[in-house]
Amino acid sequence: MDAIPLAALARWPLLEAMLLAALGWICLGLIGGLQRSPGHAARWVYPIGALLAAGVAFLALLALVAPPLAPHTFSFTHGMAGFVMHFRLDALSALFVALLGLSATGVSLFATGYFSTGDAPSGRRICAQYHLFLASMLAVLLADDTVTFLLAWELMSIASFLLVMTDHQKRATRRAGYLYLLIAHAGALAILASLILLQAGTPDPSFGAMRANAPLPERSSIVFLLGLIGFGAKAGLLPLHAWLPEAHPAAPSPASALMSAVMLKTAAYGLLRLTYDLLQVQLWWWGALMLALGLVSALAGVLFAAIQTDMKRLLAWSSIENMGLIFSGLGLAVLFSSHGMQPMAALALTAAFCHALAHALFKSLLFLSTGAVLHATGERNLGRLGGLIRAMPWVAWLTLVGALASAALPPSAGFVAEWLLLQSLLFNPGLPDPFLNLLLPVAAAIVVLASALAGYTMVKFFGITFLGQMRDNPTRPCHEAGHWERAGLIWLASGCLMAGLVPGTLIQLMDPAVHQLAGSSLGSQIGAKGWLLIPVDIEQSSYAPLVLLLGIAAACVLTWLILRRLMRRGLRRSAPWNCGYGFTSARMQDSAEGFGQPIRQIFESMFGIRRSLPSPFDRSPHYRVSVEDRIWRGGYLPIARTVGRLSQTLERLQPVRTSACLLLSFMAMLTIVAWAVL
Amino acid sequence: MASGLAGQMLAILAALALAPILSGWVAQCRAWLQSRSAPPLWQPWLVLHKLFLREVVLAQGASPLFSAVPFLVFACMVTACAIIPTLSTDLPLSVVADAVALVGVLALARVLLSLAAMDIGTAFGSLGARRDMLVGFLAEPALLMVLFTAALGAHSTALASMVDVLAHRELAILPSLAFAGVAFTMVSVAENGRIPVDNPTTHLELTMIHEALILEYSGPHLALIEWAASLKLFAYSCIGIALFFPWGLAANDSPLALLFALPILVAKLALGGAVLAVAESVSAKMRIFRVPEYLAIAFVLAVIGVLVHILLGS
Amino acid sequence: MNDLSTVGLQLIDLLAAVSLLLAFGLLIQRRLTALIDFYALQSLVLVIVTSLVGWLTGQRHLYLSAALTMVLKVLLIPILLYRLVRRLRLETSHDTLVKLPATLLLGLLLVIFAFDVARPIAQLSTAIASGTLGIALAGILVGFLMMISRSRAISQVIAFLAMENGVFLAATAVTHGMPMVVELGIAVDVLIGVLILGVFLFHLQDAADSLEAGGPASPTARLERSGPETPKPRKARTQTP
Repeated sequence: MDAIPLAALARWPLLEAMLLAALGWICLGLIGGLQRSPGHAARWVYPIGALLAAGVAFLALLALVAPPLAPHTFSFTHGMAGFVMHFRLDALSALFVALLGLSATGVSLFATGYFSTGDAPSGRRICAQYHLFLASMLAVLLADDTVTFLLAWELMSIASFLLVMTDHQKRATRRAGYLYLLIAHAGALAILASLILLQAGTPDPSFGAMRANAPLPERSSIVFLLGLIGFGAKAGLLPLHAWLPEAHPAAPSPASALMSAVMLKTAAYGLLRLTYDLLQVQLWWWGALMLALGLVSALAGVLFAAIQTDMKRLLAWSSIENMGLIFSGLGLAVLFSSHGMQPMAALALTAAFCHALAHALFKSLLFLSTGAVLHATGERNLGRLGGLIRAMPWVAWLTLVGALASAALPPSAGFVAEWLLLQSLLFNPGLPDPFLNLLLPVAAAIVVLASALAGYTMVKFFGITFLGQMRDNPTRPCHEAGHWERAGLIWLASGCLMAGLVPGTLIQLMDPAVHQLAGSSLGSQIGAKGWLLIPVDIEQSSYAPLVLLLGIAAACVLTWLILRRLMRRGLRRSAPWNCGYGFTSARMQDSAEGFGQPIRQIFESMFGIRRSLPSPFDRSPHYRVSVEDRIWRGGYLPIARTVGRLSQTLERLQPVRTSACLLLSFMAMLTIVAWAVL
Repeated sequence: MASGLAGQMLAILAALALAPILSGWVAQCRAWLQSRSAPPLWQPWLVLHKLFLREVVLAQGASPLFSAVPFLVFACMVTACAIIPTLSTDLPLSVVADAVALVGVLALARVLLSLAAMDIGTAFGSLGARRDMLVGFLAEPALLMVLFTAALGAHSTALASMVDVLAHRELAILPSLAFAGVAFTMVSVAENGRIPVDNPTTHLELTMIHEALILEYSGPHLALIEWAASLKLFAYSCIGIALFFPWGLAANDSPLALLFALPILVAKLALGGAVLAVAESVSAKMRIFRVPEYLAIAFVLAVIGVLVHILLGS
Repeated sequence: MNDLSTVGLQLIDLLAAVSLLLAFGLLIQRRLTALIDFYALQSLVLVIVTSLVGWLTGQRHLYLSAALTMVLKVLLIPILLYRLVRRLRLETSHDTLVKLPATLLLGLLLVIFAFDVARPIAQLSTAIASGTLGIALAGILVGFLMMISRSRAISQVIAFLAMENGVFLAATAVTHGMPMVVELGIAVDVLIGVLILGVFLFHLQDAADSLEAGGPASPTARLERSGPETPKPRKARTQTP
């Protein structure tokens, strides 16, 4: 590309255009919410939303390709006196906006088909909430002062809460929504406290003022810890993950897809903004803490994912795993930055960004395909499904792409991320702390174990849903997904493939963001070769997925051509051989519980398992097993009980009559006013 | 470039030709050790020939995935053998994938085969898939950690550089490689479906892993999968040779040098195959739920190998 | 230092690693006879290390120490243990292992701990093979872990002996061996300890009909703990061949 058009691009009002798109989403939501027939309206509202998302992604990519000399800023004076809303577009924001746009395009395309079939009145509400959710996520990524950021953050939480509550007639949904709201608000409070501490008395709430006067290290640590709690709660890191496997399955599939793919990433964005941009100094133990939390979440997430029987719940736990891996990469980057190893920090950051992008694409793909299955069969319990590849081949093959990416297998995008993370864990020139040096290979072992378990989980997910025979009801009517749904899935699947096949180009796109944070980047090593990935040195490591895929494909085609000449005898269909057993039924296949059983048995001590076995004398034997999260039992329930007991104690202090209550409140108010005046 | 391509083709052809022979050699050694009369060395080739001439019997309801997987798995294994420095450390494909990508390709083959086994919807298929993934999810990390032990020494995950560095040490056996060697042996036994983890000749429902996976395949499809399995054994043997006995590989990519490296490779493979046969003959098959323990031991040993490497700083 | 001694140093490190490997083998092995074999092998590694250090540093008394180890730990004690096992009719029996993965994980953590602790100490030492200290320390800790995780008295004895091997390795690596008097004293102590424990075990089985160190367990409890495939320890007969 020439330099002149790039320079011209840098002057384009990219930020303003993005804000307009956000406004457009809000308007679309309002219009869609007012339509008489939501199913009919969905057919044009969602495609326009997808168009806007694609536009936003395009603008963000432009901002990454032609990094401006100074970040775009835009301030907007509100009607209220002295209250200014600041927005800013730098490379970090642009990267996450691109992620939002790319995955929202696919999700909106899918949503067109998904929401246009039914004409339920809830469609109107969903339309409004969905677009508000999109706009608020964009605002979070662009906000440049405390008030705007928190406003957008809370809007995002509330919009997603409302989406979770779509099915509010069900008790489980109400419970999930309540839990989500509770943890989201606790997290938001922690973020608020962190940002207020950072602002430290100055009246200017803009991030620019915070950048100018960074606090002392002790205070920074408190700010960081509060931020970690707040953003960690949103990201679903252990032990604040309890809401995630409840809330994600409850929302409609496109909303779950957005929550998993984009909303969780805003947490990573927020923590990066806090540690790298606003605090400007990093301490080594921040990184170590993030790494440890990330690894624990990754392992626990994938273990729980492996034993789930509900498709969406499985994916939600797998999201915890992926967020864990992303946070491990971020923690590693902070660790390296604090020791002044900029190139290594750049490598770890690139790994985390690649993983974030890959996860945004494949997880939304998988959630959407779950939605397609749910639409087609009305069932999302793995144990009742099976054999859908015959009825819905499009969805099945596209899901396979996502599943392979989720299993971190080459040549997918997920593998690139894992590969980079392992490179950054293995080849560091030696940290000053020998103990950490010993722990990093153990971290690599955990990462590898989590990825291998992800493979197990994905074989279970794909194999049980799409392969084999329908387990429950062989004559269950099911149909292929519609055109819009397919378009959305194809968009995301091709994104997965592209990101996996040309990682060099991808990393060059991420380069400005990495450079902004780590002060160093991989761009010079990557060079112009998009197909060959050389993070440090060609003698050290290199990976060329495109050639690898071509090699496998060439070998495949050659074998097929040779065999076709060789195979004179034809092809015959017959009943399955099955070791000669005559009678087979679909119920003899592994159920979802059965497939997860080895994991349950091996890691028994990590789960809270309650099992009831039948005795030999039972007339109608029943086998029941339920697996609980130990943290829920050991951490959340005691807190809930304590709070309950406290409130009961306080209740006793409360006077019985309402007027007495009001009188007390009135007196309290008077006292406060008097105290303030004096 | 041309000589590089010729060398690469030679390495692939050598792998394709030698892999069934290696399986035959192991079977022959086992037969001798167990006082049976041994099948000829080229028995696997005869079996392949027979299978290629048969017709394909596809189970009713098999999806296209089922018929595509034998080709894909075979292609993955061929690619893996092309990546591993079998004859030379300087081949064009070695920059395409490093040790991590190699393990990824092997894992891809495993996942595809497991999915295909679940496709028909028989009890044995899903049982085999589950068991194979069970072996895989522990063996794969252990294999990666073994490779990392060598990679840390060479400061590179590229297999060719690793072999180069290891071959030019005065004392090639690093202390960390003692751990890695034991772990690698355990993993490769498990990954190739050998006793004590699995028995390649069994058809007993309760114990089989690999045979349960491929129960529904027949004719040329089965031949491809069997060939892929022997390629896998070949690939693991070559990884072992490259890590623990890295001498005698050609350092350039000229076909002549490769031809000289071939007899050395054959000799090392023969030795390795004989050792495998002895190990198989003296051990007893494990219960399936002992397998995770067995693999966990391999995993922990491999991690300790990496730790020892860091401690000694060499 | 010439080339020969660098190779010698690397060999010492390698042998120490093998010794730790055998310690892990002891930790996970179920069969009692295999435990004794592993112990003998570990002692053999120790013999080689000791003579190697003696050769590299020119200290003659280390050869003596190596010979002592050879006679005592490679030959005598394993033979004694084998006889004990045979007389107690335990050749085919297995020891129970509580939660092997958890034990392994603990072992891994102990190795990390040992390596981290040993690093500053090793830097103080001027001995030739200071890297070995961490490995030896890990061997000691793993031996202790084995002692905790076993339920049979005889494997606890072997665990104790393996720990002693670790101590010996550490002493050889860091200070080029203990004074001869101390070494002889330890050797005699170990021998007598094994003899006494053997007699003790023999009578224990006679008296309590069980070799479970936690006291005689109820048959059902034992069955649960050892799993169905582990045969119950056979009842010992008083008449011996």
